[in-house]
Amino acid sequence: MIEISHLSKRFAQHTAVDNLSFRVQQGEVLGFLGPNGAGKSTTMKMLTGFLAPTSGTASILGFDIQTQTLQAQRQIGYLPEGAPCYGDMTVRGFLAFIAEVRGFRGAEKKERVSKAVALVELENVLEQSIETLSKGFKRRVGLAQAILHDPKVLILDEPTDGLDPNQKHQVRQLIQSLAKDKIVIISTHILEEVTAVCTRAVVIAGGRLVADSTPFELESRSRYHQAVTLVAEDALDVAALAELPGVAGIEENGIANSLTVLAKPGEVIFPQVNDLIRERGWKIKELDVERGRLDEVFRTLTRGEAA
Amino acid sequence: MKQLLVVFKRELASYFATPLAYVFIVIFLVLSGVFTFYLGGFYERGQADLSPFFNFHPWLYLFLVPAIAMRLWAEERKSGSIELLMTLPITRFEAVTGKFLAAWAFAGIALMLTFPMVITVNYLGEPDNGAILTAYIGSWLLAGSYLAIGSCMSALAKNQVIAFILAVSVCFLFIVSGFPLVLDAFNAWAPQWLLDAVSSLSFLIRFDAISKGVIDLRDLLYFVTLIAAWLAATAVVVDLKKAD
Repeated sequence: MIEISHLSKRFAQHTAVDNLSFRVQQGEVLGFLGPNGAGKSTTMKMLTGFLAPTSGTASILGFDIQTQTLQAQRQIGYLPEGAPCYGDMTVRGFLAFIAEVRGFRGAEKKERVSKAVALVELENVLEQSIETLSKGFKRRVGLAQAILHDPKVLILDEPTDGLDPNQKHQVRQLIQSLAKDKIVIISTHILEEVTAVCTRAVVIAGGRLVADSTPFELESRSRYHQAVTLVAEDALDVAALAELPGVAGIEENGIANSLTVLAKPGEVIFPQVNDLIRERGWKIKELDVERGRLDEVFRTLTRGEAA
Repeated sequence: MKQLLVVFKRELASYFATPLAYVFIVIFLVLSGVFTFYLGGFYERGQADLSPFFNFHPWLYLFLVPAIAMRLWAEERKSGSIELLMTLPITRFEAVTGKFLAAWAFAGIALMLTFPMVITVNYLGEPDNGAILTAYIGSWLLAGSYLAIGSCMSALAKNQVIAFILAVSVCFLFIVSGFPLVLDAFNAWAPQWLLDAVSSLSFLIRFDAISKGVIDLRDLLYFVTLIAAWLAATAVVVDLKKAD
């Protein structure tokens, strides 16, 4: 378990993290969300023992990060933002160095390195120096380094930033396959990622916790939750739709004859809308029930705080 | 302690991964030859010793040693790999000392490659080889002191060029602290004990004794303490500056 209690970090001019508290249990994949400058990276730097908190503390599997830093760091695999590595080393040399620092020697060292290499598919660039690699490969070297000792805790700072869609998909699959018996914390500002891999989402803004919930629940906070979007061949009767029970409002979309019918919080409006369509005999080309728009929830949650 | 060795190995290998090591060694060997034979008048003196060789070391090191020290921490901070290094289960002591020892070992390798000097002087005459060995140890200790200063300056500056200039300046102060140039600034107001303290900090006086083959425990202690103090300072600076 990771326990963060009243964690704060103040720099000379501003407070980066302000009295943050939450717990993460084994098996959870926690998405750590927030606008740029919200304090995500600072929190991760404190969790990994790189920065000392101004006040409060955190513990990794029972090891306090301030008083038992080394024990805590042994439990963690960490991918810092931008995946910094030693550019002049070869991939093999670098991973061997990490394996040695993690205390592996001889045959076990080789085995650990080749296992990590296989997991992130680095076989073809093993003898290349890291600085000559593309961004995607560098990120994978960073990931290999983080998972090499099969840590119980994985802390990944923007693991898919700057990757192409295929690589993003690959990294997400990797995270999901690793997550079973681990604690994984991923910071990101890509919201699709949260729905794709996370079991829980923590949103911070201005260094403060503004939401802590499942991605599914967060989506249901959206005013588009349960909204029905229609695209018809002919004009739709706006007034009739608006009078249906449970309808909160109607928005017109950019395309002709397209409307989004919003539901009141907690209500389901699809059956009513569907009945009306059948009754009037509208020719509907597209019909879509939304789970909610995470980006809209994200904006509502963080706008006031970040300003 | 195991981790110290791992850091040491990686750091030493990284010197040889770039042309830096070879360029440094060639320049060091050429310059020390030039200094010994032309400026030092090795042949003209007609004496079988290596003092023309060692006498120039404090000045030769002044520019060459900061060049190997400047990358120690500045590069880690610039590339961000310091975040990786400091979140691995390594103590600060191991990181600072491992890096320093790698640089010092590298300086030692460069110094050992001057062995043709020893062969030459043994061919020409009958030198006191014990004194030569002592002088080598002294020269290596001197390089270590420069490196410890350079490592601290490298932790202080993110930019390697600035780290280099800072290191040269501080090393220069330590060389000239026994000279009127520095002492005159203190003469007018400082008490005698402070004046003595400042002048006793000078590399030159200490190194002079060792390079003549005289091992005084106090001189050894001086270099070792100096190295330890600057490494402790490095650890503090790394901690303060790592996140900038």
